[in-house]
Amino acid sequence: MAAVQGGMSDADIETDIKTEPSTDGFGNNNANDGRVLSASPGSGSSTGSNKQTAAVTPEDQQTLLAVLQFLKKNKLIESVEILRREAGLPENSLDPKATESAGAGSGGAAGIVDLEGGDVSSLLSRVTGSSSAGAQAPTKAVAEDQPDVRVVLSAYSQQGDPTLYEVYYSDLKKFIETVLDCHRAELSQVFYPLFVHMYLELVYNNHESEAKAFFEKFSGDQECYYEEDLRVLSGLTKKEHMRGNETLLDFRTSKFVLRISRDSYQLLKRHLQERQNNQIWNIIQEHLYIDIFDGMPRSKSQIDAMSGSLAGEAKREANKTKVYYGLLKEPEIELPLDDEDEEAENEEGKPKKKKPKKDSMGSKSKKQDPNAPSQNRIPLPELKDSDKLDKIMYMKEATKRIRLGSDNLPSVCFYTFLNAYQGLTAVDFTDDSSLIAGGFADSTVRVWSVTPKKLRKVKSAADLNLIDKESDDVLERIMDEKTASESKIMYGHSGPVYGISFSPDRNYLLSSSEDGTVRLWSLLTFTCLVAYKGHNYPVWDTQFSPYGYYFVSGGHDRVARLWATDHYQPLRIFSGHLADITCTRFHPNSNYVATGSSDRTIRVWDVLSGNCVRIFTGHKGPIHSLAFSPNGKFLASGATDGRVLLWDIGHGLMMGELKGHTDTIYSLRFSRDGEILASGSMDNTVRLWDVMKAFDDLETDDFTAATGHIHLQDNSQELLLGTYTTKSTPVIHLHFTRRNLLLAAGAFNP
Amino acid sequence: MSAMAEERRQKHCSVVLPTESMKAMAESVGVGQLQEDSCVALSEEVSYRIKEIAQDALKFMHHGKRRKLTTSDIDNALKLKNVEPLYGFQSQEFIPFRFASGGGRELHFYEEKEVDLSDIINTPLPRVPLDVSLKAHWLSIEGMQPAIPENPPPATKEQQKVESTEPLKVVKPGQEEEGTIQGKGQGTTTPDGKGKEKGLIRLKPRSTHELSVEQQLYYKEITEACVGSCEAKRAEALQSIATDPGLYQMLPRFSTFISEGVRVNVVQNNLALLIYLMRMVKALMDNPTLYLEKYLHELIPAVVTCIVSKQLCLRPDVDNHWALRDFAARLMAQSCKTFSTTTNNIQSRITKTFTKSWLDDKTQWTTRYGCIAGLAELGPDVIKTLIIPRLAIEGARIKAVMEGPVISNIDKIGAEHVQSLLLKHCASVIAKLRSPPDNVEQYRTEYGYLGPMLCSHVMKARTQAALQAQQVNRTTLTITQPRPTLSVSQSGLSGSSGPRTPSIIKVPSSLTLMSPRPGTPSQPSPPATKYIVMATSAGAASTQQVITLSSSQSASPVTSTVPSATSTLQPLVKLEPGSGPGLTASRPLQKYIVVSLPSSASSSLETKSSVLPTSISSSSLDGGMKLERSESPGASTQSPH
Repeated sequence: MAAVQGGMSDADIETDIKTEPSTDGFGNNNANDGRVLSASPGSGSSTGSNKQTAAVTPEDQQTLLAVLQFLKKNKLIESVEILRREAGLPENSLDPKATESAGAGSGGAAGIVDLEGGDVSSLLSRVTGSSSAGAQAPTKAVAEDQPDVRVVLSAYSQQGDPTLYEVYYSDLKKFIETVLDCHRAELSQVFYPLFVHMYLELVYNNHESEAKAFFEKFSGDQECYYEEDLRVLSGLTKKEHMRGNETLLDFRTSKFVLRISRDSYQLLKRHLQERQNNQIWNIIQEHLYIDIFDGMPRSKSQIDAMSGSLAGEAKREANKTKVYYGLLKEPEIELPLDDEDEEAENEEGKPKKKKPKKDSMGSKSKKQDPNAPSQNRIPLPELKDSDKLDKIMYMKEATKRIRLGSDNLPSVCFYTFLNAYQGLTAVDFTDDSSLIAGGFADSTVRVWSVTPKKLRKVKSAADLNLIDKESDDVLERIMDEKTASESKIMYGHSGPVYGISFSPDRNYLLSSSEDGTVRLWSLLTFTCLVAYKGHNYPVWDTQFSPYGYYFVSGGHDRVARLWATDHYQPLRIFSGHLADITCTRFHPNSNYVATGSSDRTIRVWDVLSGNCVRIFTGHKGPIHSLAFSPNGKFLASGATDGRVLLWDIGHGLMMGELKGHTDTIYSLRFSRDGEILASGSMDNTVRLWDVMKAFDDLETDDFTAATGHIHLQDNSQELLLGTYTTKSTPVIHLHFTRRNLLLAAGAFNP
Repeated sequence: MSAMAEERRQKHCSVVLPTESMKAMAESVGVGQLQEDSCVALSEEVSYRIKEIAQDALKFMHHGKRRKLTTSDIDNALKLKNVEPLYGFQSQEFIPFRFASGGGRELHFYEEKEVDLSDIINTPLPRVPLDVSLKAHWLSIEGMQPAIPENPPPATKEQQKVESTEPLKVVKPGQEEEGTIQGKGQGTTTPDGKGKEKGLIRLKPRSTHELSVEQQLYYKEITEACVGSCEAKRAEALQSIATDPGLYQMLPRFSTFISEGVRVNVVQNNLALLIYLMRMVKALMDNPTLYLEKYLHELIPAVVTCIVSKQLCLRPDVDNHWALRDFAARLMAQSCKTFSTTTNNIQSRITKTFTKSWLDDKTQWTTRYGCIAGLAELGPDVIKTLIIPRLAIEGARIKAVMEGPVISNIDKIGAEHVQSLLLKHCASVIAKLRSPPDNVEQYRTEYGYLGPMLCSHVMKARTQAALQAQQVNRTTLTITQPRPTLSVSQSGLSGSSGPRTPSIIKVPSSLTLMSPRPGTPSQPSPPATKYIVMATSAGAASTQQVITLSSSQSASPVTSTVPSATSTLQPLVKLEPGSGPGLTASRPLQKYIVVSLPSSASSSLETKSSVLPTSISSSSLDGGMKLERSESPGASTQSPH
């Protein structure tokens, strides 16, 4: 069971994505159900074994067998059959390998497979036609499946003398306190996971009073950022409570990852062996994953910067995969001359200005960014004429863009929602800033037009028949003037709307709600087109891909799903977070998706393979906002702890920490050129940060990139460019217009 | 890890519902005898589940972008657990539980009242809640936050205080320039916005008090409305002063406006304007966002002037200037309460000033009244220690006027008012001091002339107190006096405490305008030069002397009413030794305060406007005067002196 040596447990972590045929029909309209489902078992961070291609690799087969075994055990015969047929396995393949699949439990993946079992079964049941209605969600399934919990918890059954736990723990504490300073900080990381597991062992073995005493004695020693978890633990005093407790299951099934230098580790090991402290040694062996590195032990501040997540830090291997963070080549768009003639106002000035601009853009996009994914890595929808027009508009606007900087701050226009009665839960702007959408707790979705152009519906079918389809202004004629109004309300959800997103072409609107659905609305008819069902639990966030067509959603079921608008089932399921997914964002090149979670980690997923390619730890609270920089290189994240963290996606490193907010950060946005980061928070402020400076300051340091040990400067005050307080309006959305004017939105909260 | 956090955590861990509530709940669903063991087991389980639900509900709160947990969050959390939500708890703001105890048990229960349907049907429908709407404003323009109503006030009261109390740091001359620029750039943004230039000594930002055009317009409108003739507009303006959060920048102007206004209008005996100005003071004091301490040196003298000035109106025998004195006295008491500290000693200085001029034999009845009112408003303790011991002496003085030969009608009216004031304030205090049997003779021996009247007042006060006590018993509610309202013309001007008829006088804006104003109406537009000497010694007769040197035709009517004024045509001022009614009172040294306006009004306005960007008092005061002039032709026919 030892997973102590660095990265030895899972040989298959390094899934070579490049070998993945990129033409494997991902964009095909009929999503391969088998692929959809096979994405889920491999979702665990450690198992990279989700190959979707028909040619099943040996590892995949193993996983499949494990799943089959599980299904069989649970008498889901039908599902077994279907899965077997889908995977093309012979009927007898199950029995001889049964032992092996059971043995897979010894690997780090065992727990995950077990945990995900419920998920798989639910997916399967949906696939087999029993539809989502009957599907059990993962956690509930586990909670109800008594044997599973037993499997998960069985490790706790071996017990020592309960009275000695305190002795063991304080013995280790004494040892770590007396160890050399340079090792102390590193070894102190062991305290928290040990504490939790020892406490849970006591609880599992029904030593309630001992557990209480143990908790009271040592809970005060834990780092303050674990307080929330400790609160959950404190309520848990009986074995029965452990059943169905998600936090606990997370703890059990995922190994807590610690990064410790070799010297410190040797020290700890020697001590424990000398003392014959088997109880602790067992826990370390079974429940912790110690990622050992050679070199200098890290300092306390370095450790604090990275820790705080529910399952420890990310393994170094987890962030080694290559990420194509570059931008896609912009399609060449011929600027039709007559288009410019349309706007006759300053005709002389324009072509001159446009030409050099276009050339520069063209040359930029011509030389392929080495970090960019190939153009058709993810099949993207073709540009329509209207999209091209919009692109032209975008370029025109971009020429008028204000260059921002520390001495040239953007103006902020604040859109206040009045009379919302605390009911505003989500806001989005269109890219051209012409529309605002709001999601409300009363399950309505409202759209406002910010420009003088009113919102109009398309005429009814009967009226449409009368229109001359050949006329030039047919698009104008189909609109019904009588319906023009500044705002429209759309009804359909049956719970608070937590996430909302416009499609890039402004024809659609997505909304996700507490009722477990994601709905697609048409902004031409202002009606609901599709309700995407699959989450079954509240969907906290959803976002359209920057190229449209795809969208991602994430929710309470701890799974993020990738959808295409014309599929009623998800194309990818990104599973691996240990708690709710609170926010989801698409990378500007649409090849990656970032998700933030209540487990205080951020994961970046490859849309192509469904694999998790980055895990960022360091936040001390649930993450509520994410933003990619426009060049695709960086990611900013904001959490309930009021801090903004900056990440380098290519290197998988933390780049900076921006402290200043005093409450949850609900919104982050980079300016169009990426110089300035705006953050909006529950503390009623909009703050502007000089991120260029933050990135420049750090980029000089090569050593940190190699080791992954960052030294964070505490320079938030220098990077803070401005703080703008609203009267009593929490800032829940920010948006930079194409000319770099910052729009902010929130509901007045008297 | 602080010990506090530890404690808090331990509290978390030990919170379990009491077993009694399990029993109560069991009873409520018809389970009679519940074993103690099952109660314990139940309560632990229930506590755990409740905590779980609370945690999930918090999640919904966070995603709802709220700080307040609502019942719908709980409902959603229950739904997550596949539990039916609790229907019917839709209230957003309060939790409809009532607490009851009895028989050693404490319960919270949900009160279900019987509802009379006909009542519901007959009540008018509540207002339809307003629909969500969208409003845009500039939060910041190129890095600067504009001072508009949509934005929060640029400086909070704490910041204003810090700014005014923080000592200036010494800087070298070379750095000063840079420092001021930085301070200016910082302007309205919060201090932490720019603290970044390293190596620079951080200066106390020089408060520039520059007003934007909008602020200038606002200031003009407000001041004009405050002293104008339209009462509705005035009420609006005062409301704005009392509630608007962004006035801090304009505070120096308001303060100067008031003090200058009082100075000028005392001279002119313009009662109405003085009342308006006092109402402005009140409004400023009511504004919770203003840090007034910095401007007390201007406001307090103005208020005190309105309390004790010998003459506040043109016809002291008819006009109710007493009400203004009462109102100003109440203002004074309020500012003593809010602003008096051990360092500024406002209360004791004020008390000394009042006492001193009261003790003076030559003090006019009007001033005497003001002093007593000012003291009486400071509270029962002051009345007890300072006023009651002097009742006998004061009574004798009143008797001399009332029963002696009629010297002047004005003195008699003054004495009457002093008498009723003393009776009003002292009765309630004496009622508390003395035990019930109220003997007229005893009172007479103790308090002299006022004794019998006091006695009857005390008895009245007692019955009233008893009545109130009864009411208290009946309703089990403490009856709080409604605060004197903003409007002077209503209850604000009436006496200080105790339920009384809502208004003694109404001061509509036209009141003074009706009053005859000898002389002044015919003044030409540049008004007469005025010198106001605020100085007095123990021996001086007047607390305030006003010398009006009229530059042109009209004779100065004011000087004639101030007996001790030396009305020479020499431009400067006569100095009277002694300590004035102002702030200097507490100093034992003899001080002279000479306040003078420059020789011509127009030039003074010019100088002022060079200091202040807006035409501060010029326009508004002119407006005020114009108004009087225009409306008083009838009055002007009354013969001037």
